[in-house]
Amino acid sequence: MLKDEDRIFRNLYGYEDPGLKGAKKRGAWDGTRKFLQKGRDWVIDEIKSSGLRGRGGAGFPTGLKWSFMPKIPDGRPHYLVVNADESEPGTCKDREIMRHDPHLLIEGCLIAGFAMGANTGYIYIRGEFIRERERLQAAIDEAYDAKLIGKNNKHDWDFDLYLHHGAGAYICGEETALLESLEGKKGQPRLKPPFPANVGLYGAPTTVNNVETIAVVPDILRRGASWFAGLGRPNNTGTKLFSISGHVNRPCNVEEEMGIPLKELLDRHAGGVRGGWDNLLTVIPGGSSVRCLPSDMCQNLYMDFDTLSALKSGLGTAAVIVMDKSTDIIRAIARLAYFYKHESCGQCTPCREGTGWMYRVLDRMARGEAHKREIDMLLEVTYQVEGHTICALGDAAAWPVQGLITHFRHVIEERIDQYSANSKPEGAVREPAAAE
Amino acid sequence: MPKIIIDGAEFEVADGITLIQACEEAGVEIPRFCYHERLSIAGNCRMCLVEVAGMPKPVASCALGVNDLRPGPNGEPPQIITKSETVRRAREGVMEFLLINHPLDCPICDQGGECDLQDQAMVYGVDGSRFAENKRAVEDKYIGPLIKTIMTRCIHCTRCVRFMAEVAGVDELGMTGRGEDVEITTYLERGMMSELSGNVIDLCPVGALTAKPYAFAARPWELRKTESIDVMDAMGCNIRIDTRGREVMRILPRNHDDINEEWISDKTRFIWDGLRTQRLDQPYIRKSGKLRPATWDEAFAAIANKMKRAKGSRIAAIAGDLAGAEEMFALKGLMTQLGSPNIDCRQDGSAINASKGRGAYLFNSRLAGIDEADALLLIGCNPRTEAAVLNARIRVRWRTGALKVGVIGQEADLTYDYEYIGAGPLSLAEVANARHRFAKVLKSAKRPMLILGSAALARRDSGAVMTLAAKLAAGTGMVSDEWNGFNVLHHAASRVAGLDIGFLPAKGGLNTTRILKAAKAGKLDVVYLLGADEIDMESLGRTFVIYQGSHGDAGAHRADVILPGAAYTEKSALYVNTEGRPQITERAVFPPGDAREDWTILRALSAILGQPLPYDSLAGIRSAIYVTHPHLTQIDEVMSGARLDLNKLARGSTRIGKQPFSPAVDDFYLSNPIARASAVMGELSALMANGATGATGTDG
Amino acid sequence: MSVRRLDPIQPENFKFSAANMRWAKTQVKKYPKGKQASAVIPLLWRAQEQHGGWLPEPALRTVAEMLDMSFIRVYEIATFYTMFNLSPVGKYFVQLCGTTPCWLRGADDLKAVCRRVIGAQNQVSEDGLLSWLEVECLAACANAPMVQINEDYYEDLSAESFEKLLDDLREGRAVKPGPQNGRQFSCPEGGPTTLLNGAGSSKAKLSTKTKSKANTLKSVRKKKSAPAKG
Repeated sequence: MLKDEDRIFRNLYGYEDPGLKGAKKRGAWDGTRKFLQKGRDWVIDEIKSSGLRGRGGAGFPTGLKWSFMPKIPDGRPHYLVVNADESEPGTCKDREIMRHDPHLLIEGCLIAGFAMGANTGYIYIRGEFIRERERLQAAIDEAYDAKLIGKNNKHDWDFDLYLHHGAGAYICGEETALLESLEGKKGQPRLKPPFPANVGLYGAPTTVNNVETIAVVPDILRRGASWFAGLGRPNNTGTKLFSISGHVNRPCNVEEEMGIPLKELLDRHAGGVRGGWDNLLTVIPGGSSVRCLPSDMCQNLYMDFDTLSALKSGLGTAAVIVMDKSTDIIRAIARLAYFYKHESCGQCTPCREGTGWMYRVLDRMARGEAHKREIDMLLEVTYQVEGHTICALGDAAAWPVQGLITHFRHVIEERIDQYSANSKPEGAVREPAAAE
Repeated sequence: MPKIIIDGAEFEVADGITLIQACEEAGVEIPRFCYHERLSIAGNCRMCLVEVAGMPKPVASCALGVNDLRPGPNGEPPQIITKSETVRRAREGVMEFLLINHPLDCPICDQGGECDLQDQAMVYGVDGSRFAENKRAVEDKYIGPLIKTIMTRCIHCTRCVRFMAEVAGVDELGMTGRGEDVEITTYLERGMMSELSGNVIDLCPVGALTAKPYAFAARPWELRKTESIDVMDAMGCNIRIDTRGREVMRILPRNHDDINEEWISDKTRFIWDGLRTQRLDQPYIRKSGKLRPATWDEAFAAIANKMKRAKGSRIAAIAGDLAGAEEMFALKGLMTQLGSPNIDCRQDGSAINASKGRGAYLFNSRLAGIDEADALLLIGCNPRTEAAVLNARIRVRWRTGALKVGVIGQEADLTYDYEYIGAGPLSLAEVANARHRFAKVLKSAKRPMLILGSAALARRDSGAVMTLAAKLAAGTGMVSDEWNGFNVLHHAASRVAGLDIGFLPAKGGLNTTRILKAAKAGKLDVVYLLGADEIDMESLGRTFVIYQGSHGDAGAHRADVILPGAAYTEKSALYVNTEGRPQITERAVFPPGDAREDWTILRALSAILGQPLPYDSLAGIRSAIYVTHPHLTQIDEVMSGARLDLNKLARGSTRIGKQPFSPAVDDFYLSNPIARASAVMGELSALMANGATGATGTDG
Repeated sequence: MSVRRLDPIQPENFKFSAANMRWAKTQVKKYPKGKQASAVIPLLWRAQEQHGGWLPEPALRTVAEMLDMSFIRVYEIATFYTMFNLSPVGKYFVQLCGTTPCWLRGADDLKAVCRRVIGAQNQVSEDGLLSWLEVECLAACANAPMVQINEDYYEDLSAESFEKLLDDLREGRAVKPGPQNGRQFSCPEGGPTTLLNGAGSSKAKLSTKTKSKANTLKSVRKKKSAPAKG
C-alpha cells in the first residue's frame, strides 16, 4: 500500500480545510516561486523525468505534451486549458480534488502555464458540478487575493485563471470538443491535425490537461521527479486516484500507487467484492470506455496503463467498475451503449448512426429478443465504428460492446435461447436498459 | 512540391493540398459527401477514408494535407492506399451507416438519378440490410419558399449549413440537437433571407433539400440539357437549361471559376416559371385603343405605314437590358439605314459611353480579381442586389481577413463588414481628395480596387462621379502594369455589348432621356423599344411605339405594335459581361407560338421597309459583327489591356450633386420583365418585403 | 436522448435582472476581446436559473443579441447541451443518474420511486414541486446511486431514503445534500483506509526520497496478500 507520506491528495475526503490556509498547511504553494525561477525547461524536464502520464484516460506523457507548445512566441497568446469535464462513467476523482484540495490544482495551473508560456488558463468544469464550481471559484479568488496568481503576482509570472462551465455533454471531455465548447459552440470534436498545441483555443497554441494531471505537478516538483518516478512500475509511475464503484462492499475514491494489483486495491480500500472475491463476475478497470475483464483475468492484475492495454482493456481514468455474479452483464453494457448513443455529438457518420444501432441491438439482446447471428453482426458493427470517427468516442462506444461479446458471448446466447424457448408470446421480456 | 505515392504510383503534387485533391490530381476517385472544394472542411461523412502507410487508422482524405504526411523510414515518399481491403471495408461500413436510417423512397425522390448517395451505394452498398430496428423519421422543416425539405433523407453532411454561413453570409441554417437526433433547420423554421439559398439544393448530396417549384416535375434523364448564359445581371453566370419538350423545367449553374464558380442566384435559378407566363406569342396591333392579335404581315404593314412616312430624325430606338448583341446590331443597322441617329442601349439614362475607351466601362480587374484584392471601395453600388454571386465572392475574400471594404452609397446589409464612408458624391470627393482615412487604406493596399455601380453613372452628375472615381483610382495607385482595380459593375446583361457595338446616339442623335423628352413633346413619330421596359412609358406621349420583346410588361402595354421576340433561353445570342467577356447563349427551346428570334424579326422588317440588312443567317450576322468588332470573336476571353486613360478621365467636370447614391436595383426579385412574370419571384419579393418569417400558405 | 424542441408555450419576452446583467458583463470579460461568444453557456445557464429552471425562447434571442451571435447558433447550443431544459421543470428538479455504475447499485429502485411519487419522466407533478429526468453519469460513482436536485447531489441513496428525501422536499423540510447514509464524501463507508494518522496536516512527514523501482515492485507484491482493513 502507498505510504501516507507518499500521498499527494491529503484532503481527498474533505476532513480538513480545503481553503488556502488548510492547503498551505498541507504543503501547497510552498516553493512555487523557486520552481519558476529554475525556468521553463527545468519544469518540463522534471515532469518528463517523473514519468507522469496524463490522468484523463489516454495516458500520454505530460512533459512531452507540454514540450509541443511553440518555444518561440509568434504573437499569439498561449493557453492552458484544464479539462474538468469529468464525465466518464465510473469516474469521480477530479470532483474530490476540486472541492477538497483545489489549491493543488490552482498551483499546478500556474506552474503548467509557466512551463508552456501561457499567461491565461481556463478550467472547463462540467455544468452539473455546481457546488464544486463554487468551491473552486472561491479558491481561485483566494489565490488572486493572496497574489499567488493574477497580474503582478508573487511568482513573477502573470497568470489569469478563469473558471468556465459546460452544460451537460460528455463529448466536451474530448479536448478539441472542449475547446469548441469553450469558444461558445457546440461541443463537436475538431479534425486533427492541426493539434491544439499549434491551433487550439481561439486559434492559439493550447495544451489541455486533466485536473489530476495538473494537480500532481506541484508535488512532483516539491518532492522531486525521482520520488514520483520511484513509485509504481516502469513507464507507469507515481500515484493515482482510483474511483471504485459497483459491487464492492465499500465504494470509494482512493489514492494508490500506480500498478497496485486489483485485488489488493479492492480488498484493502473498498471492503472487497460483494459476496467475496469468488463472487466477482467482471471488472471494467478504467471507466466505461474500456473493455471489461472477466474475473479470471483479474487475479493478478496490475492496475497500470501498460498491463491493461496489453489485455486489450485500459487504465483509462482508473475508474474501477466492479460487477458481481448477480449482474445482468448484457444490460450493464447495453446501458453503457445507451450512454454513448446519448452522448454522441452527431457530427460524424459511424458514431451518430452506429451508437444507436449498437444500443438497440443490445437492448433486444438483453431481453433475448435476437438471433444468434446478430452477435457477430453486432461485433462487425463495432468494428465499423471503431477507428473510423473523428474523435475517440466511436472507439469508446465500440470497446465495451466488444468486451461483452469477447468475454460473455455465452451469456447472450443463453439469453436468446431462453427467450426463444419461452412459450409466452412476450418471451423473456425485461425492462429496457434505459428510460427514453 | 511534395512527392507522394498513391496506390503504388509516385506523384508530385501541389504544396498544401489535401489528400483527396492529390488523389483527384492523380486520377484516383475518392467517394465523398461532406467534402466540397468551395466550402470549409468538415470531415464528418467519413466516406473518403484512405489508408496512409504507417498510420494505425484510416484517415479522412479530405481533412489531411499532403504536408502533414511524414516520409517513410528510409526517406521514401509517404504512401497512400485507396484500394485496399481496409479502405473498402471502411467505406462500405460508412455507407451502411448512412443507409440504415435513410428511407428507401428513391422512386418518389426528386434527387433520384442524380443522387450522390444512390450513385455511391452502387459501388459501396450491399444488396441487403441487416438493420432490424425501426428507421429514424425526421420532421420536415420550412426553410423558405424555394427549398423543399424531406429531412428523413438528410445525411448530416452540413454542406448546406457551411454554404449559408460561409458563402451566402446568412447565418440562418444550423444543425440542432446532437447524436442521432441532429436536425438541420433554421431558427424556428424561418425562411432563409438570402438570394443565394437555392445553391443548397445543388450542394445537398441527397434528396433532403430539393427545389420546391420543380417538385415532382421531371426526372433528370428525361431532360435535355443545354449549356447557356444567364442574363439576370451583367455577370454572365454560366448555366445549364434543362428542358423537356417545349418547356424549360429548371436552370442549374455550370462551373466557371472566373465568373460564378458554381453558384447562381435564386433569380437565375427560379426565373423559369416567368418564361411560361405573360408571353408575347403573336404580333398585336393597337386598334381603337385596344391591342388586337394580328399576323406578322399585318404588324409589319402597320409599322411600314408609319416608318415610311417618318423622317429619320423623328425615329428613335431604345434597347432594353436583356437584348442580345445580334438584335442590337441589326436594329442599329436598320436605324442607320433609315437615317436615325437616335439610338441608345442605356434605358436607365446612364451617361457611360464608349468615348473614353473600353477600359472606362469594364470591370477591369475581372471578377476573379476579387480573390486577390486587399482593399475595395464600393461606390453607388449594392453588389448583393446587382450581382449577387459577385457579392458572395467578395464575402468569401473578406472572410479570409485579407480584404478591407469601404462603402459610399446605400448602407445595406452586404453580408460582410465594411467601413461606411457616406451616402453620396461628397464622400467620394473626400476619398478622392485623400481627406478620408479610407484613401490611406486603398493607397497602402497591394491590390486596391473600386467598383462603380451602374446607378452612380445614371445621374445628373455622373460625369463628375466618373471624374472623381478616376481621380481616386489614379491617386491610390489602382492601375498599374499588372493590376487594374478600376471597375464598373453593370447590371444590364445587354449593356457592355451595346457599348461595344455602339448602340449609342450617333452624331447629333438623342439619348434615352432626350428621346423621352422629345417623344413627350411630340417631336418624334416612331419609338422602337427593343425589350425596353424600365423607361417611363408616360413620357412617350402619343408617339407610335413598337415593342419587340418576349413578355407582356410595361413596354407591351404601351405599344401600338407588338412584335413577339424570344427570351434568352430561346435564342443563340451574344452577350458581353461586365468584364468585357463575350459569351453566347444557346437555344434550349423554341420561342412560343409565332414569336421569333429577335434579329430575324429585324431582318424581315428591314426588307418590308425596303432597306434589307446585308445578312440572312445567324452566321451571317455574327460575321458582320465580328468584322466591325473583332474582339467579340474571342468567346469566353477577356481581351487584356482595355484602353483606360485615368488622367484623361480625371480631367472632367467635378461638379457633384448632393443627392445620395441610390441602388440600381429596387427589388432584386423583380428587376426585369421575365422576373415580373414569375410567380416565384413575386412570392420572394413579397416575403423579403415583409422581412417574412415562418411558413406561408404556399409552403408545400 | 430524444429530439429536443422548444416548448410550445412560451413567454412573450425575457429580460435579465439588473444583477444578472451586471454579472453577465463580468463573464464576458473572462474571454479575449471579440470572443464574447465563449460566454454563451454561462449566460444561457443564468437565464435558465432566473426563469425557474427552464430556458424560454426569448432568452435565446436575448443572449444571442448580447453576444452578437446569430439566433441559430444559440439555438444549436440550447439543443445540444442537455442541461438546458427547454420545457418547465418542477421547483425541485430531480436528475437521476441511470448510467451503469449507479444502475449496478440500484438506480432502478430510485426510478421506481420517481414514477410512483412524481409520475412520468419530464412531467411536472401537479403541485408543481417535482419533476424528474433520467440523466447520464454525474461523476459521483463512488457514492452511487445518486440524484442531483437543483444545485446539489444527494448520494448513497436507497429507495427508502430517496422517498423520504422527496417527501421532505415536498413538505418544505430541510434536507442535507451529500451522502444520505452518514458517509464522509467518497471515503469508504465506516472510515478511511488511508491517512489514518491525520498525515494530511503535517508537511514534515512528506516523503521526498527516491525508492528504487525494484523495491517498489517488491513492496507492492508483498502487500498483495495483506488483509483488507476492516
